[in-house]
Amino acid sequence: MKWTFFHKLGSPKWFYEISGRWLPILGWAAVLLILAGTVWGLVFAPQDYQQGNSFRIIYIHVPAAFLAQSGYLLLAIAGVVSLVWKMKLADIALKCAAPVGAWMTFIALVTGSIWGKPTWGTWWVWDARLTSMLILLFLYFGIIALGQAISNRDSSAKACAVLAIVGVINLPIIKYSVEWWNTLHQPATFTLTEKPAMPAQMWLPLLVMVVGFYCFFGAVVLMRMRLEVLRRESRTSWVRTLVEQSIGRGGSA
Amino acid sequence: MTFHSIGEFLAMGHHGPYVWSAYGITALVLILNIVMPRLARRRYLQSEARRLRREMNA
Repeated sequence: MKWTFFHKLGSPKWFYEISGRWLPILGWAAVLLILAGTVWGLVFAPQDYQQGNSFRIIYIHVPAAFLAQSGYLLLAIAGVVSLVWKMKLADIALKCAAPVGAWMTFIALVTGSIWGKPTWGTWWVWDARLTSMLILLFLYFGIIALGQAISNRDSSAKACAVLAIVGVINLPIIKYSVEWWNTLHQPATFTLTEKPAMPAQMWLPLLVMVVGFYCFFGAVVLMRMRLEVLRRESRTSWVRTLVEQSIGRGGSA
Repeated sequence: MTFHSIGEFLAMGHHGPYVWSAYGITALVLILNIVMPRLARRRYLQSEARRLRREMNA
């Protein structure tokens, strides 16, 4: 196996160039998939025989909850890479993905709460799934605050990586919370091993939305990472050249 | 097509306020997440350009 790609990943300039090519693809895929999934889910999907039309919230609630957890997993993996190999790009990924993951957790919690009112008759219960998702949001806040509080870059990278890795224990708790405890929250809609219990007209738009949200997450994290790379490399000649070029184009490079 | 009219679509079978507020908040958050990094990038490039010009004149 060739390890050159791994070393290249450590090069901010290489990352900046390659991510510049990926960003428009991811961004447009996200826009198209989310628009298509929303129209499909809101207009064409049949209504649920028990929940009526409030079930349509699933098309944003489930993708956001997926990304809230996948985003945290990304933080933990980046944390391991940043601790073991001292790769600066991993620290940048960790710092830039944290706020986006927090926003996804926020969406999952808010839409879940709005969905809970007509379905369970309450906005919030201290149930295992809901509580562990709230803890996930606080873990994100903790990492963001820690990163901002420590000004030394190396100590900040180390502290955030450790917190991200320790907090990963919350992910299996979220996943199995609906099985370990009696909860109001329904069990997973999607599993890898079984066919979904809902008709294709209902789960296909959900699949489109999930993929769209993944693309969205990727695009936004890349945008944030690219800016952070520029900030950290501001003294290098390639960033200077890029800034000089952007003056001519009105700063839109 | 599940709905027979625009009014029916907007009402969402008495669940309109829930469905539309959930989608509205989500749309707002997603748009914010696109706009904020773009603005930050523009601000950064402008301030860096100013700094470079100062250094060239100095």
